[in-house]
Amino acid sequence: MNSPVYIMWLRQVKKYLRSKARIIGSLGQPILFLVALGFGLGHLYQQTTGGNFIDFLAPGIIAMSILFTAMFAGIEVIWDRQFGFLKETLVAPVSRFKIMWGRTLGGATTAILQGIIVLLITLLIGFRVVNWLYFPIALIFMILIGLLFTSLGTALASRMNDMQAFPLIMNFIIMPIFFLSGALFPLDSAPTALKIIADFNPLTYGVDGIRAALTGVTQFGIIPDFFVCALVTAIILIFGSWMFSRIQI
Amino acid sequence: MAKENIIDVKNLVKKFKDFAAVDDISFGVEKGQMFAFLGPNGAGKTTTIKMLTTLLNATSGDISLNNLNPIKEKNKARKTFGIVFQDPSLDDDLTAFENMEFHAVFYGVPVKVRKERIEYLMKFVGLWDRRNSLVKSFSGGMKRRLEIARGLIHHPKILFLDEPTLGLDPQTRNHIWEYIKELNKKEGMTVFLTTHYMAEAEKVADKIAIIDSGKIILEGTAKEIKKKTKTKNLEDAFLKLTGHAIRDESAGAIDHLRQGARVWGRRR
Repeated sequence: MNSPVYIMWLRQVKKYLRSKARIIGSLGQPILFLVALGFGLGHLYQQTTGGNFIDFLAPGIIAMSILFTAMFAGIEVIWDRQFGFLKETLVAPVSRFKIMWGRTLGGATTAILQGIIVLLITLLIGFRVVNWLYFPIALIFMILIGLLFTSLGTALASRMNDMQAFPLIMNFIIMPIFFLSGALFPLDSAPTALKIIADFNPLTYGVDGIRAALTGVTQFGIIPDFFVCALVTAIILIFGSWMFSRIQI
Repeated sequence: MAKENIIDVKNLVKKFKDFAAVDDISFGVEKGQMFAFLGPNGAGKTTTIKMLTTLLNATSGDISLNNLNPIKEKNKARKTFGIVFQDPSLDDDLTAFENMEFHAVFYGVPVKVRKERIEYLMKFVGLWDRRNSLVKSFSGGMKRRLEIARGLIHHPKILFLDEPTLGLDPQTRNHIWEYIKELNKKEGMTVFLTTHYMAEAEKVADKIAIIDSGKIILEGTAKEIKKKTKTKNLEDAFLKLTGHAIRDESAGAIDHLRQGARVWGRRR
């Protein structure tokens, strides 16, 4: 293969696979959420809804690990800037769009791999997938949110010179996107204000899509979920490319 | 003039707000020449290199690079030069070979000749045995050598070297200049370099331009410059021309990291 998009993708994936500590480290959080919330609140959930909380929670935690891995992959642009590698790519006879696209595909790939690892862990903890034939549909949603949040991370990082803003992004973007998405609790019984916020959160539809495909339970329906996710992903991809094309060294 | 100019710069200006980092400079570099661009910190050397190498748009003026306009024909121009930046630009988490391969793909080097060229260049800088080591295990000198080798994969007609020997021991510095001299002689490659080591510039450069506060103040061979300034060596000439005051340079990316306060990126 002799394409800049491919080699950029390969670089992201190689770096991910080489950082074993990072892969294992980033599994800690989803496992903690699954165990603490899944078992801690499980019987409460069962009393009020009659359902199994792990089955409800698992798709949300899978989406969470994709969200985190993808955002971090996007924000890595800052490291590339710091360590100078960004310059090497920007001075090459390759369009910014291809660089951004390769990077986003690579980041999304690592996020999806991470999501699949978490899915396997949820199975060990007791998550039951209703019908594996629908797994490819869940995968489509995983790919969409992977692409969405990698390009969002890239867009944000394009305007940042250093890691100072990182806690800001963590606490004011990543965390709210996760907590206000229906990943942790059912939205239909949530207060209206919370519901309205969640309605504007693209992850809500990603979580709902994955949940629909794996467990058959859905809030909006798989088709609306798909269209919202696809549309937002397309918009953020264009936005991210535009932001990336404006980077100055 | 007998030889044609491979780099031609006319009335080049770069302003950051009101400050003119490069203030109306004109110069030419002949094909096959080793051209040294010297000046104190903050004189405008790196800004000029950034404009020549398409990383920065000029405020006004004309640049011709290998008969191409690096602003209008960015990608075509980019194929014709190689660059070694002032600060490192390797991916530390990839191996030396992977860094080379990445560059080859980005510059469209055909698959058939890729391996062969990478092997040749890595042997040339003495790193072939370390090809499968991660770059983060390399010393400063090894990284520099790898960057020089990388900059040559796509057979550039012009090689830009922005302080290639900064922070290296004399042994490594000598080696690096020997490589570059050899390439310059053998391949007829034009070299555009900056350095703070005047003795090095005096030794390797065919032609020297001294820039200060965004303006070229003197241009010529080392001999001519020494004659004009009535000094014994280039360092004395340099100090005579640019004065003894210590200059400030705007902080680099790493300094920004340490600084703290500024969070959301100012646009530059």
